[in-house]
Amino acid sequence: MKGYNFAYLDEQTKRMLRRTLLKAVAIPGHQIPFGAREMPLPYGWGTGGIQVTAAVLGRADTLKVIDQGADDTTNAVSIRRFFARTAGVATTTRTASATIIQTRHRIPETTLTEAQIIVYQVPQPEPLYQLEPSRTETRRMHALADYGAMHVRLYEQVARYGQIAISYDYPVMVNGRHLMAPSPIPAFDNPKMHRMRALQLFGAGREKRIYAVPPYTAVVSLDFEDHPFRASRAAHVCALCGDRASYLDEVVTDDRGGRMFICSDTDHCASRRESAP
Amino acid sequence: MPADLLAHPGFADPVHDAQASFRAVLQALARPGTLWRVAPPADPPPPLAPAAAAVLLTLVDADAPVHLAGRFAALAPWVAFHTGSANAEPGAAAFVLSDALADFATLAAGTDEVPEASTTLILQVPALDGGPKLTLRGPGIETTRNFAPRGLPADFAARWAANRRLYPRGIDLVLCAGSTVAGLPRSIFIAESS
Ligand SMILES: [Zn+2]
Repeated sequence: MKGYNFAYLDEQTKRMLRRTLLKAVAIPGHQIPFGAREMPLPYGWGTGGIQVTAAVLGRADTLKVIDQGADDTTNAVSIRRFFARTAGVATTTRTASATIIQTRHRIPETTLTEAQIIVYQVPQPEPLYQLEPSRTETRRMHALADYGAMHVRLYEQVARYGQIAISYDYPVMVNGRHLMAPSPIPAFDNPKMHRMRALQLFGAGREKRIYAVPPYTAVVSLDFEDHPFRASRAAHVCALCGDRASYLDEVVTDDRGGRMFICSDTDHCASRRESAP
Repeated sequence: MPADLLAHPGFADPVHDAQASFRAVLQALARPGTLWRVAPPADPPPPLAPAAAAVLLTLVDADAPVHLAGRFAALAPWVAFHTGSANAEPGAAAFVLSDALADFATLAAGTDEVPEASTTLILQVPALDGGPKLTLRGPGIETTRNFAPRGLPADFAARWAANRRLYPRGIDLVLCAGSTVAGLPRSIFIAESS
């Protein structure tokens, strides 16, 4: 697109983001403030993820963008078009063909590789936010690895509900040191973060924070010995491809209360149907 | 700028060479001890290796002051011209460029609350292989990885251990030789191999 910088951002902003990303990689799970720029999309549309992608993306990349597992939502299509226009990069819906995957709220079912980078859009980067609204205080808690309050909160849930009742954005401990918000992915996806082969980058636009998890880094969901973490999914089979292991969305099929369960990851589901005998 | 420095241009393609060089450094720090090629300027001023020149042009600017140590000090006009960065004292520099491993205690290691306010040491060495074998483990490494750069001091492992004990504070290293970079982020453990 004429009149725009490559990938929209000016070079000075990219340098600032790149320096921040390198420090984020060096301190896995630690949130780093950055000077967020105004983007031509509103907050909630993944401006943090977009800025991270813009700082990383090159001409040779192939970009995939998903929103809740789907490539075809308005949000995913807008971001894909934005980079196709401003950076001229190839785009794909195929997880295996992508070099960079920007995502909102899911990790693809297809195992990611060393040749890939996944960029998460993050609305709230602070895992202690609900316990402690003060940024000054949470910074101190991270500095001291003072995470007792989070364990207490989770144990109160066990006492009250008989289990930890968190289905999304389930807190994780990274590299045995930093408590981290995995972004609002389903807890089902948490185990995919553990020792993932791909580099994981996280961008929070409104909160102006970047963090990262290098490949093969320990990412452990908080739990208790007598109440171990379980990656749960709806106990159904995908109505389209028959998968019994993928994460499912429940969709309404008519106005008489008809429902079915289908894969949340649209590329995964389509690939299975194509390769079915 | 002195005429002899003027003869050495920056990136041929500032946008795309910086992007490619950044990706090399990003991968280098994300996968410690692996070697990545940058997109260097064609003719960096001596004694600057192409990789070290590319790292400076990619990351340094007026908001990220650099300290040019030892014989690199003479390159200050070239660095200022191409990056806008001012020369800073080691303890106040976002980046230190050196060809000798600095005493980590003279560099910024960040604070407990802001560990990212720390120096990245750009260390130019003769080669990234063929030296004494080090064994790395930690984030970015599946099990362990061997890495054998030349030009590190004999007591490097002990000095690194002292840096690692500061975690999450600490110094991050980007090693440069020829057109290749490797990274040693503060998060990893390094042992001498027998
Ligand atoms: Zn399916």
